[in-house]
Amino acid sequence: MVATAERPGTTAAPLVRPALIDCDLHNELHGDVWALVPYLSERWRRHVKTMGTRSPSGGFYPRFMDHRADARPPSGRRAGSDVAFTRENYLDPCRVAYGILIPLSPAAGQQNLEFGAALATACNDWQVAEWLDPEPRLRASIVIPVEAPDLAVAEIRRRATDRRFVQVQFTGRPHEPMGRRKYWPIYEACEEFGLHVISHAFGSYGNPLTGAGWPSFYLEDHVGPAQAMQANLVSMVTEGVFERFPSLQVVSVENGMGWLPSLGWRMDAAWSLLREEVPHLSMPPSAYLERHVWVTTQPMEEPHHPHQFVQLLEQLGPLVDHVLFASDYPHWDADQPDAAFPIHLTPELERKVYFENAARLYGLG
Amino acid sequence: MIETASRPPSDASAPSTIKLVDADVHAVVPSTEALFPYLSGHWREHVQATMFKGPVENSYPRFAPTTWRPGTETSGSAPAGSDLGALQRDVLDADGVDVAILCCTYQIDSLHNPDAAVAFSQATNDWLVAEWLDRDPRLRAGIVVPIQLPELAAREIDRVGGHPGFVQVALPARTTFPLGNRIHAPIWEAIARNHLVGAIHFGGAPGTPPTPSGWSSYYFEEYVGMAHVVQSQVVSLITEGVFDLHPDVRVAVLESGFTWIGPFLWRFDKEWRNLRRLVPWVRRAPSEYVRDHLRFTIQPLDAPASDAHFLEAIDQIGSDNVLMYASDYPHRHVSSPARLLDLVTPGLAERIRSGNARDLYGLH
Repeated sequence: MVATAERPGTTAAPLVRPALIDCDLHNELHGDVWALVPYLSERWRRHVKTMGTRSPSGGFYPRFMDHRADARPPSGRRAGSDVAFTRENYLDPCRVAYGILIPLSPAAGQQNLEFGAALATACNDWQVAEWLDPEPRLRASIVIPVEAPDLAVAEIRRRATDRRFVQVQFTGRPHEPMGRRKYWPIYEACEEFGLHVISHAFGSYGNPLTGAGWPSFYLEDHVGPAQAMQANLVSMVTEGVFERFPSLQVVSVENGMGWLPSLGWRMDAAWSLLREEVPHLSMPPSAYLERHVWVTTQPMEEPHHPHQFVQLLEQLGPLVDHVLFASDYPHWDADQPDAAFPIHLTPELERKVYFENAARLYGLG
Repeated sequence: MIETASRPPSDASAPSTIKLVDADVHAVVPSTEALFPYLSGHWREHVQATMFKGPVENSYPRFAPTTWRPGTETSGSAPAGSDLGALQRDVLDADGVDVAILCCTYQIDSLHNPDAAVAFSQATNDWLVAEWLDRDPRLRAGIVVPIQLPELAAREIDRVGGHPGFVQVALPARTTFPLGNRIHAPIWEAIARNHLVGAIHFGGAPGTPPTPSGWSSYYFEEYVGMAHVVQSQVVSLITEGVFDLHPDVRVAVLESGFTWIGPFLWRFDKEWRNLRRLVPWVRRAPSEYVRDHLRFTIQPLDAPASDAHFLEAIDQIGSDNVLMYASDYPHRHVSSPARLLDLVTPGLAERIRSGNARDLYGLH
């Protein structure tokens, strides 16, 4: 048994939780691409002024939702775009020991790949100047032009010596499944520099948002990352990415985790019949998931009965040591650290999920 | 649990004589030539005299280990699953099946020529009637439709929907637009009008990629990923309000697993609570729609090694009325349905073996 009773209804226990590591903290671009213009060369500044950004279209739905109102800084800037207010509104009161920044920049989705690479460089410079330098508790994800792996590798090399960059950021729906050979140079660079790969939900619309075509509603888009991430993990396992890059670790962010046990069961069942097609795999697929995949908690799974959350933790087995707390601050569906879980975690599990698992993954102490 | 059967259920006081319903067996079109008696001279000439050979894409590679089980190899050129005699011998008689529902996955959806799509779907349905349904009273089938042409698909449903052997409409999991999209409204209207079930089956060849990240490299990925495509279809059906527009319509999901249903519904219910004002016609939690309107066949089991975890996954579905027995003949699977049937309570086993399919298809 890895967790105990349901959360009591009324008696509020004093805050005993240790300081946490938040594995999904958003640094927002105030004014979108315009926040990056000061970090662009004159050539690309002209491009922003004449052409603007251009990405495959169709992924934005009417949604009725905006960032958390309480996260809007008094300066009037967009929520999450002001490091001083993020500190005051979130890092300090929620006892955040480290926050892992995940910027949702326009870089990865650009049709013009050179412009995407320039935006990625600018975004990483912006992260250093406006986030990492002012706030020592922050770490960051390297933004790359995902669809131009040669340019992505150049950007990874440019950042790798700054150890405040701890991982390399994919979009949730890259143009090809993440295991495809096209992306291997990125994984090779990650392995060389001890960086992890993360795939954050949403973003990049080079294909219909589901394997069944374009959905109609934001509700569908908001369920969809679970399916998109599963497809990408199936691809990474099947293509043998983890055979070729045995130290590579993949962090799935904002895609849920309830699907992880049944994905392993289904893959193992299919593999026992189809293994001749994938002779390069030396282990059952679930064994790769156990060794290489990490998942963040937000949006928290909310089973129909709390005891089913305990079942989920038990079914995850060794993967419980790969579960990372994440808030998704300052987005509308962010999880508040002390009200996130549908059950009371044991003290041991609480330490692991809020701090120790991430500390081990990212080498933080 | 509300049961809104599309056909009146059998008299509950009298025990049914139907003890085992196999809700997913395949009828495979052996070759384009097999449809010649049902095609016009125009299309026969096309196939005989040109490079056009009808639908040739296949969600089931002919010789893949998942496509045929030992004993279904045929001596000639016919693929496994194309022989009524073998089906009768190996499934209907061997397992004591009272009723079997045929699923034909002939890929009409790969034909972008609309006249070809209509001609080949008509021929396939006429072939199903003449060579399967009329030859064994234990058989029922799904209507094959040109789903890429919803108005014409509806016309085909109306054309053959009155045949008592057709109990559902076969809809591929992979589509150009999700099945709940309003572009498909004529199909759901025809399904409702003809008192049929919608049956989402493994596969499809719409020409658009099978994942949100494009085309995968291995059949293994496509095979595993079909569960994720089906999940997107379930989200679409409920979100678009198909069951609010058509309260009597129910959907069978074939051959796409079921151990994922519980955790999938946790997420879907949560997002609905958050975002329901975007879709105010969806008045109840998605999990309630699933339990009232959707049924899933049990093969492949996709079972964990642990019986305890397997039972948890079954319990997380939250209803005894969702699962239906299926052999998925002639496809091969690692676990026998007995793994599931021996594990659950006798009452649930009875629902799975026949009760849920009897209610869904109005069998008595």
